[in-house]
Amino acid sequence: MRLLAYVQSLASRFLRRDQLEAEMVEELRAHVELRADDLVRSGMSRTAAERQARIEFGGHSRFKEEARDMVAGRVIETVVRDVQLSVRQLRKSPSFAIAAIVTLAMAIGANAVVFSAVNGLILRPLDLPNEQSLYVVERTADKSSSESYPNYVDLRDRTRSFESLAGFSPDQIWITSGATPSRAWAFQVTGNYFDALGIRPYLGRFFHATDEEGVNSAPYVVLSYPYWITHFDGNAAVIGRTVRINKQPYTIVGVTPEGFRGTILFFSPDLFVPLVNQPQLDGANQLTNRGQRLIAVIGHLKPGVTPAQAVAELDALGERLEKTYPRDNAKLHFMLGRPSLNGDALAGPMKAFLGGLMLLAALILVAACTNLGSLFAARAAERSREVALQLALGASRIRIIRQLLSEAVVIALIGGAVGLWGSVMVLHWLSVWHPFPQFPLNMPVAADARVYLVALALSVASGLVFGAVPLRQVLRTDPYAIIKAGAPADAPRRLTARDLLLVAQIAVCALLVTSSMVALRGLSRSLRADFGFDPRNVTLVETDLAMAGYRAADMPAMQRRMIDALQTIPGADAVALIGQAPPILFVSNGSRVFTETTPDLKPASAAAQAVMYSVSPDYFLAARTRLVSGRQFTWHDDASAPRVAIVNQVFARRMFGSPTGAIGRFYKMPDGARVQVVGMIPDGKNSLNLADEPQPAMFFPILQSPYSDTWLVIRSERDLSQLSTAIRAKLHELDPGLPSFIETWTTAMQAALFAPRMASLTLGVLGAMGAILSVTGIFGMAAYSLTKRLKELGIRVALGAPQREILRAALGRPFKVLLFGSAAGLVLGVLASRVLSFIVYQATPRDPIVLAGVVLAMFVVGLTATWIPARRALLVDPLILLRDE
Amino acid sequence: MAEQAQLLPGTLDLLILKAVSLGPLHGYGVLLRIEQISRGALSLEQGAVYPALFRLVRQGLLKATWGTSDNNRRAKFYELTAPGRKRLQEEMEGWDRLTAAIGFVLTARPEGT
Repeated sequence: MRLLAYVQSLASRFLRRDQLEAEMVEELRAHVELRADDLVRSGMSRTAAERQARIEFGGHSRFKEEARDMVAGRVIETVVRDVQLSVRQLRKSPSFAIAAIVTLAMAIGANAVVFSAVNGLILRPLDLPNEQSLYVVERTADKSSSESYPNYVDLRDRTRSFESLAGFSPDQIWITSGATPSRAWAFQVTGNYFDALGIRPYLGRFFHATDEEGVNSAPYVVLSYPYWITHFDGNAAVIGRTVRINKQPYTIVGVTPEGFRGTILFFSPDLFVPLVNQPQLDGANQLTNRGQRLIAVIGHLKPGVTPAQAVAELDALGERLEKTYPRDNAKLHFMLGRPSLNGDALAGPMKAFLGGLMLLAALILVAACTNLGSLFAARAAERSREVALQLALGASRIRIIRQLLSEAVVIALIGGAVGLWGSVMVLHWLSVWHPFPQFPLNMPVAADARVYLVALALSVASGLVFGAVPLRQVLRTDPYAIIKAGAPADAPRRLTARDLLLVAQIAVCALLVTSSMVALRGLSRSLRADFGFDPRNVTLVETDLAMAGYRAADMPAMQRRMIDALQTIPGADAVALIGQAPPILFVSNGSRVFTETTPDLKPASAAAQAVMYSVSPDYFLAARTRLVSGRQFTWHDDASAPRVAIVNQVFARRMFGSPTGAIGRFYKMPDGARVQVVGMIPDGKNSLNLADEPQPAMFFPILQSPYSDTWLVIRSERDLSQLSTAIRAKLHELDPGLPSFIETWTTAMQAALFAPRMASLTLGVLGAMGAILSVTGIFGMAAYSLTKRLKELGIRVALGAPQREILRAALGRPFKVLLFGSAAGLVLGVLASRVLSFIVYQATPRDPIVLAGVVLAMFVVGLTATWIPARRALLVDPLILLRDE
Repeated sequence: MAEQAQLLPGTLDLLILKAVSLGPLHGYGVLLRIEQISRGALSLEQGAVYPALFRLVRQGLLKATWGTSDNNRRAKFYELTAPGRKRLQEEMEGWDRLTAAIGFVLTARPEGT
């Protein structure tokens, strides 16, 4: 029978939800009528009687509510009521609610941000047709995806594994469509680029392999959709119009589709020009140099060809190239990578970094959950009397558990929402942020549906996890015992699982704090590092004479005129020129160098790989680079004089065995030219990664190795804005059409040091989160153990125990836990900083300031967390407490 | 009217089962009959009867059917099912034991008098 009734009520849920309610209304109406009939019989008027009957019956709602509760189904109303109740309960203890929500918001927020980054940078594809068969060709030896143009042409023409191999190379250009030239980023691409990717133009046409008929034969440009919108107002009439790129006329032939952002995920070029026109655009032909690795090579595999087969074929082709051109090719072995992050060159470190972040974020979530678990346990203990009372009055345990869980889920959802909101803010900021004003870099990390889903799932799951912690406690509750005697005072056991959990959690937090301290120390050190030059009070002016249309023969004279002109600016202490870029800003070109006695200049017999710079005579003065020995360059070190170089100490050590006596000795370049060392400078920093070992570096006089793309280096105490006005005026006097870009060296360095600083910042934020989590964790535990022992403390106070004793009794345990946890975390942190040293400059935890900082931080954490419980312990009023119990 | 008596918690179901056992009744009828039999000493809160009826139907102790009252009103009539009759029997026995026990306790006199 019961079963039947249940089935009926189930059936009514599925068949006609409203039938039950209608029947109820009907029955109540019948009741009121019957009662009214009786009242009429006793002499009342009909209307008065009906009114009276209704009043007597009282609220219908109570009946409906209770009836509904008994029906299977009606889940939503029950949940809503539970939620209402939970919100009311939480509003009664705001400090608990806030602690819980903040803890969870941080954890969920951190996870959402990290997941979005993973989602945007690794999981997200480029959004090209048949992307699963698109690969980038990398060299196994250096995991770099750049290849020289002649090698590319040979691979393209001989491969049978790929549909077609295309190449691209990012390049900065000046484009003139109105009066003044503006900067833009172009991909120089092979003619078959668009066809190989299989995309169709949004407007006009693309150029094709058939448009290439030798060097400088294809003066066409394809605009990217965003650039067309922002710079040409989305005007369809621009197709066929001629613009000037680096002063050369180019015809706009088409616009790419809206979603196409080039073939590297977060580098979106503004326009696309044919690679065959590279000599015209850059002023020097690099297409014929087989040693000059210029372009990234990508292509679709033919259907049915596996990557392994393709690699085997490429290796065979590489072997042939090695044999045919031994001077330029060594170790030509290939592998295939995903194009979105340019193969392993970017994907490797990025994945490692994001993987580490995910791990830390997950640790934070785990720590947050254990924290909230102990907070909830403390709360359940405080409320044990209330719960016992409910149980005694006949509430079912299921109902109480449901209430506790719904409280946890409410906290989890609010915390999740707050965290997600915060993370959306951070992500929005990240995705509109252009860390380097000169580059078209952006982070496509805006939150999408997947991120929201993950955050929601994390919130609910963590809510259930930490809500479940106090369940055992509730289920064991014996209402009669508690109401009689108050909350049971557990005999203080030596060690509980909860203690261990908390120790582990504090250790994780201390680890985070330690790593962030190490990272911050590294950051502050990197700001004061000895770069080998002094970037303060130096202004850089980037100019490119090739872009301005100068021929190679005219460049040295013009460069000399620019230096002379800027030297007349009042307050300019030293003015110099450096070819390509100053140290650290970009990874500069390098070259193999050979000892003088090496007969055969093949790659394998090189003495070193050295970074090279072309500088004007006053460069070392302007950069404040100290000469260890030898002389500076002069304007007499020109094309007609013997070739000379100034090298750093590592160079001398690698080349000649020791730095002493290097001055005056000779070495050879790959083209066989003999170069004499005339000066030596300290090692300094040359690469983006400041933590790297010093690299060999050599400086040439600019007149002996001319360079069109140069930076003027001006040392001056004057204010940047005044100085840049003066610089612009002087350059304008020389050539109104000369493009220039002015910034301070310090600013430029900041962009270069972006990655390590970003990593330090991230670690710093995670460390702060770890500290906050420790606070809530210790707070939860202290509050819990205090509540459990309040009665005992009351008795102690009544018996006249001094305050110190009370504090020790109340908080000794949390403090011990903190102590053990911090020590463990510190040890872990010391071990972990080996890993940190890859990204953080001079990371060493054996730094007294770091150690002291961690200890101090954890001490402050302990103090903050136990402050409130300690006050409560001291204010225990034995009278109230004992009477209350 | 007789003096009002307080209804003991848990006895409402027993009273309803008993009232219905005398013959099918609608909700209002249940109210009236209990008042009547107790000679006005037990006056039920009107709103409390229906949840109890509903609960008893759900437990399979009562059966509800729609019918017409004496004065031609459509109303839901409740009657006892077999399990309901059995439950009534048990509850009544339990009640007798309890009242007897309480009666003994209350009528106890000091020993030796």
